[in-house]
Amino acid sequence: MNLLIVQRILGLLLMLFSLTMLPPVGVSLYFQDGNWQPFADAFLALLAIGALVWWPVRKRIRELRVRDGFLVVALFWAVLGVAGAVPLLLSREVEMSVTDAVFEAVSGFTTTGATVLTGLDDMPASLLYYRNQIEWFGGIGIVVLAVALLPMLGVGGMQLLRAETPGPVKDTKLTPRITETAKVLWLIYVGLTAACAAAFWLAGMTPFDAITHSFSTVSTGGHSTHDASIGYFNNIAIELIAVIFMFVGGVNFSLHFLAWRQRNFINYFRDPEFKAYVWLLVVSTVLYATVLCLTKKFDDPGTALRISLFQAVSMQTSSGFVTDNFSHWPGALPVLMMLSTFIGGCAGSTSGGMKVVRWLLMWKQGQREVTQLVHPSAEVPVKLGRKAIDKRVIDAVWGFFAVYVASYGALMVLLIAVGEDQITAFSAIAACINNTGTGLGEVASNFKTLNDSGKWICVLAMLLGRLEVFPLLVLISPTFWRR
Amino acid sequence: MKIIILGAGQVGRTAAYSLAREEDNQVTVVDVNDDLLRDLQDRIDIRTLVGNGAYPSTLEAAGAKDCDIFIALTNSDEVNMVACQVMRNMFNKDATRIARIRAAEYTRHDKLFRDEDRAFAVDVTISPEQLVTDHVVRLIEYPGALQVLDFADGRVRLVGVKALQGGALVGQQLKQLPTHIEGRDARVAAIYRNGRSVKPHGETVIEHGDEVFFVAAREDIRLVMNEMQRLEDPVRRIVIAGGGNIGFQLAQQLEVKHQVKLIERDQRRARRISEQLNNTIVLNGDAADEELLLEENIDSADVFIAMTNAEEANILSAMLAKRLGCHKVMALINRPAYAELMESGTIDVALSPQQVTIGSLLAHVRRGDVVRVHSLRRGAAEAIEAIAHGIQGEGRVIGKRVEDIPLPEGTTIGAVVRGDEVLIAHHDTLIQRDDHVILFLTDRRHIEIVEKLFDVPRRTGR
Repeated sequence: MNLLIVQRILGLLLMLFSLTMLPPVGVSLYFQDGNWQPFADAFLALLAIGALVWWPVRKRIRELRVRDGFLVVALFWAVLGVAGAVPLLLSREVEMSVTDAVFEAVSGFTTTGATVLTGLDDMPASLLYYRNQIEWFGGIGIVVLAVALLPMLGVGGMQLLRAETPGPVKDTKLTPRITETAKVLWLIYVGLTAACAAAFWLAGMTPFDAITHSFSTVSTGGHSTHDASIGYFNNIAIELIAVIFMFVGGVNFSLHFLAWRQRNFINYFRDPEFKAYVWLLVVSTVLYATVLCLTKKFDDPGTALRISLFQAVSMQTSSGFVTDNFSHWPGALPVLMMLSTFIGGCAGSTSGGMKVVRWLLMWKQGQREVTQLVHPSAEVPVKLGRKAIDKRVIDAVWGFFAVYVASYGALMVLLIAVGEDQITAFSAIAACINNTGTGLGEVASNFKTLNDSGKWICVLAMLLGRLEVFPLLVLISPTFWRR
Repeated sequence: MKIIILGAGQVGRTAAYSLAREEDNQVTVVDVNDDLLRDLQDRIDIRTLVGNGAYPSTLEAAGAKDCDIFIALTNSDEVNMVACQVMRNMFNKDATRIARIRAAEYTRHDKLFRDEDRAFAVDVTISPEQLVTDHVVRLIEYPGALQVLDFADGRVRLVGVKALQGGALVGQQLKQLPTHIEGRDARVAAIYRNGRSVKPHGETVIEHGDEVFFVAAREDIRLVMNEMQRLEDPVRRIVIAGGGNIGFQLAQQLEVKHQVKLIERDQRRARRISEQLNNTIVLNGDAADEELLLEENIDSADVFIAMTNAEEANILSAMLAKRLGCHKVMALINRPAYAELMESGTIDVALSPQQVTIGSLLAHVRRGDVVRVHSLRRGAAEAIEAIAHGIQGEGRVIGKRVEDIPLPEGTTIGAVVRGDEVLIAHHDTLIQRDDHVILFLTDRRHIEIVEKLFDVPRRTGR
């Protein structure tokens, strides 16, 4: 491990990140909201700090090892949380403590979309834009962006991507060169976002709302510029567009890539994960709608279906947009919805949770055990599509499951220990670790009322969830630091 | 350039390493063994794909449609041939298809690969075993040489030799060379002193221990070598350890002119090759067995060549042979790190099959009309033969004198081949159209600049 190389790359990344402070300055000047100063200051400050970190070690050019990759990614996400909070802290328009600002920034980058702010409708445009912009950068991954823009990372880029990309199998490269792969991912991402923004605008949003909402929709983040979230528009077209693009954001981007390159959609339906993902969404939508109708929560079946569809997609893709406060829904529905966030979207997408493919593999593993009981001497491989899955991958999935659940349990207990009630703790940690951002009880729409230590626990949960636990866990293991 | 490599074995891996090192190449490696691929992908920036490389579905997934160079290097000749055929008929007619073909049964029939209506769509066949064998045979032809590389079908050779006390030019300035070799001509292309390259000038003094690379016409090589070290006697007695493919082929070629003994461990294999060899004494035993070596008079052997599959065994048996009094020892060593360790020590020549093979692949990747590439010093240096195309006054080299060509640092023009004539380059040699120019680059990274010099506005096809 070479700390100087890590330092050099962190410096570079920080300088790169400082550039993202410039669009909000533009927005501020355009809307004349008088809030450009904090962003300009943050730009200069971050650029200077990045340069200071980078300058002394700029000549340390060597390839990144696997370990360095973990360290860079984990440190960078931690640093981002703080760096992203700088303009929020500097801003005079909102009074935010350090805890609140870091919470808000981390929630953005991890595309959680949990917020501690209220009164969004009256906030300066630049600030609202900035919140959604960080979600957008966090969506496909800011490290991916860095790899696309900084070709000097070389093979090291692979180590970085592997630590940041969600999903159990991380060795699939779309193109031979890692920078090309990263560029392709971002192109698709930008393309989808542009399409989403155009659709929103045509459906009646203002251009500003259209752009900011497209950022948080495709990234499955869930920040809105209104307190009432998407429900503010009360427009069925907008809801459907949001459903479509949340859905698309929750699909594996390699599938988008293949569809784009081969100009046909057949690959989607050949992918077992995609099929399971669609199937899950259909079943949950129908289930929610039926229960809502039967319990007479909504009189009109159409409304029930509309709201169920939106909420099912929004929760499972870990976006967390709301059109109706579902914590008051009858029976087991609220808890069921929270549990659906644990499934999440597909691997290699912008969504959170444990990813459909992992559940699929565990389900198949269960089936395998049953077959094995009936036919003790049968050879039963676990297959996905028509391909047998390596035992190593299945072991890794189980390992991930165990660690994920253990982290979830530990953080929940911690949150109860610092004084939250059980429902709140259960749903707040679920909302954070799965990057959904919408919980039950006290945190149904806002995390403002949590106490400070509670917020820090949530920050940790969000980072753990976004990086899929292991990159952070590796850092606290003695094996990692042993030379 | 988009490149697909089939097979992640030793040759495939080296090819991937050296091709991916160049920025514009996009390399995809296909193999059936995913462990090999995973390991490879961790180290270099390439894409890998698990699957049988002759299957259309695998090739399609590897991006066969827009591939520029297709290199089939699996250990099965048949898979390589079929893959090339599938590639041409189903995906891409324009790609250059290179296949590793080992069996002489295939290569000796022109109808298979070379004729107009050939049976298989293979543009270039390479056989690492054959290349290594040829390499060793050339080294034996010039005792004392570390490297002998052919250009222009062997009319010009680049020879690497260690300057030793007793050579006529050692301790003297380079400009003395012409007076020493009255009437003949040669050019020193590079000098390595203690592992570092020294730019050769007229005033440069050759020191004992320098590694000198010079270019000369084939018939003048012995004469020039005599300037660098006292000429050794021609090789007579040769002992080869290991009767695998390479060892066997080598014995077959050498037994005509030399006395060859071959040591093979496996009794059945020893028996089989002894039936096919005529003048070679095939011994059944361990090459690292001191008794056996002594019994077979290793102390009076001129050359010992360790050619088994196990490189560690090669190193040890070569060192043992040297200590027992063999005049000169060579060992087949795959790992660059081992080769570096050994070459400066007891082992006189470390032979690297990949290094020998990679050159013939690189020639097809280079832009401009490069007909031959030799990779030297574990890939750090390169010697190339390029053709100067274009019209008088248009290209960057044609009609210019050697001293006026803006060559990058560490690059020298060694010779020019015009038709059948070999001209050793001097500062005032004029380059003409269609000349074959032989260059030596001490730093491979400058290759792009050289490529550009020789690249004419793209013609259709390669």
